[in-house]
Amino acid sequence: MIVVQWIAFLLVFASGSGILLYRNWRWIIALLAAQYLGVFLLVQSSWSLSLAAVKLVAGWMICVALGLAHLNRDEEPVVESSWPQGGLFRLVVITLILLVTSVGGRSLAGWLGMETQAAWGGTLLITIGFFQMGLTSQPFRVIVGLLTALAGFEILYAAVESSALVAGLLVLINLGLALSGAYFLINQEEKVKP
Amino acid sequence: MSAPVLWIFLPALAGGILLLVRNQKLLSLLAGILCALLAIAALLLPIESPLSIQAWTIKIQSSVNILGRSLVLADPDRAWLVLIFGAAAAWFTPAASIQIARRIVPLGLVITSLLVAALAVEPFLYAALLIETAVLLSVPLLSPPGSRPGKGILRFLIYQTIAMAFILFSGWLLSGMEANPGDLVLVTRAATLLGLGFALLLAVFPFYTWIPLLSAETHPFVAGFILWSFPTVSLFFGLGFLERYAWLREADSLLITLVTAGVVMIFFGGVLAFFQRNLGRMLAYAVMVEIGFSLVSLGLGGEQGYQGFLLLCLPRLISLVLCSLGLSILHQQAPSLDLDDLQGAGRTWVAASAAVVLASFSLAGLPLLASFPPHLAIWEGLARQSLGNVIWVFLGSLGLTMGAVRVLVSLAAAPENTPWGRRETWAQRLFLITGCALLLFLGTIPSWMSAFWFQLPALFEHLGQ
Repeated sequence: MIVVQWIAFLLVFASGSGILLYRNWRWIIALLAAQYLGVFLLVQSSWSLSLAAVKLVAGWMICVALGLAHLNRDEEPVVESSWPQGGLFRLVVITLILLVTSVGGRSLAGWLGMETQAAWGGTLLITIGFFQMGLTSQPFRVIVGLLTALAGFEILYAAVESSALVAGLLVLINLGLALSGAYFLINQEEKVKP
Repeated sequence: MSAPVLWIFLPALAGGILLLVRNQKLLSLLAGILCALLAIAALLLPIESPLSIQAWTIKIQSSVNILGRSLVLADPDRAWLVLIFGAAAAWFTPAASIQIARRIVPLGLVITSLLVAALAVEPFLYAALLIETAVLLSVPLLSPPGSRPGKGILRFLIYQTIAMAFILFSGWLLSGMEANPGDLVLVTRAATLLGLGFALLLAVFPFYTWIPLLSAETHPFVAGFILWSFPTVSLFFGLGFLERYAWLREADSLLITLVTAGVVMIFFGGVLAFFQRNLGRMLAYAVMVEIGFSLVSLGLGGEQGYQGFLLLCLPRLISLVLCSLGLSILHQQAPSLDLDDLQGAGRTWVAASAAVVLASFSLAGLPLLASFPPHLAIWEGLARQSLGNVIWVFLGSLGLTMGAVRVLVSLAAAPENTPWGRRETWAQRLFLITGCALLLFLGTIPSWMSAFWFQLPALFEHLGQ
């Protein structure tokens, strides 16, 4: 069990860092799908397998919705209007995130009574999501950041709340956010076309 | 028949059906009549008490169970139901006159029913999820097809989603506190998370940035509707927390925090409104000032504070509808809502310009206008507590008033020989004149406003003590 938790944490760390580092939407969506696999593995330490599987299914549905919206638009170079964009800067950011995670995750694990790896995973995703939202003004990347932060929150919240209705409503909200992201992408495209 | 079916499911269903209606006037008329009827029903029909009409006896049940959870609308809740559906009627009825009914009415009805459900749901932590669902539904309203999403809508989504997470977590902590009421660490954590959640939900300084951004990039009428609906429901949601938890209600530090947050919002909102050259953003800062007054009022505590809070609702509603309607009419003729683009518009768009100026003055709390009596009550209460705070509030209100004066000067500054005109349609003029008359009426005879809150003692049993 502990091995699965470590694998899930590493998966979440790798996919979350990748989301922060990569600009190509295909990579981002693939990493998001991997991230939801990690979230599923971390959540199933608190929930039953069948309930935790909801997170995986919903997460992959989110990836499909965002991917389909992207497939229907022309490739555009992503230009950010603010913040340093270099890879080195993002690596420094990831190091900072790891520091925050190592400090915050351990105390959260004690407080919420959950596995340390799951607490680290949740804190890591929340921090990555916040950085992602702060570093970009592109609607797609903001929505991915928001979904990442929400996934982190859901890992932590799963330790304290196991209601199926709350899980269902959170899935609904995740899907709503993904549909909003898809809607923003389509809207952007309509504006670009003459 | 049960109350949640009448005031939650029926408007949501109507919203879904109205998506199919294409005629703007019909849409506005149907939605306006439905909401007005629901408001009248809330005013007249008792809940859980039999009502005899000739041979018929009606009894409206207070709750409905869904998947083991309940939606409960008890008899005292009728007061805020009147406000919410009366407000919905006020927003939807004039929508056709500015050709925005198809955009705002169907989704607006569903959003309204979700917000009512958020106030009715038990356990209360589900309210955060329902508010977030309403936020997601407002995305197509704020960013219509073909328009590039701006920073405002993204920040709105971000802040409201984070607020949901904080409130869900604090809900878990609060349920733990019911078992261990003396645990001070738990109290501190719960209060901190709850405070952060509400600060994000209510756009309390420094989380206010989405309000001016959203207001500048969205249709003014839609922005007005969103800026009315979400903060008002969030404030009532917050009152529910205060009503439920004695330790929260009786904490002196909470009252001080509320007053401080409110004073900061009034000061910054007023000062920033003074420096604005875009009327959409100015409306946003006026809303910020209004939220600030609501927080100060709650922070004053006791019956006076809660009465002041409730009395603020009606003038705020009328001022926001009127200002948004006036701005929408002006925006149809001008390239933007910048003061430079609207210079001299007061000569040709007399009613719309007068409505914008009058509503702005009312929001600033000028005498003889609707917001003045509740503002005066709050000023009096605040002066008894701290003169320093009164000075900050005065500066904020002064900033908003000077901003409104600047709007008046810009709208009136037409070249010398520009003829006077009345280019608004008769329907637009009717709504604008009615709104202006209501502002003056409530400002001169404020006792009508207190009559509106006919069930105040029962609505918040513990708060008014």
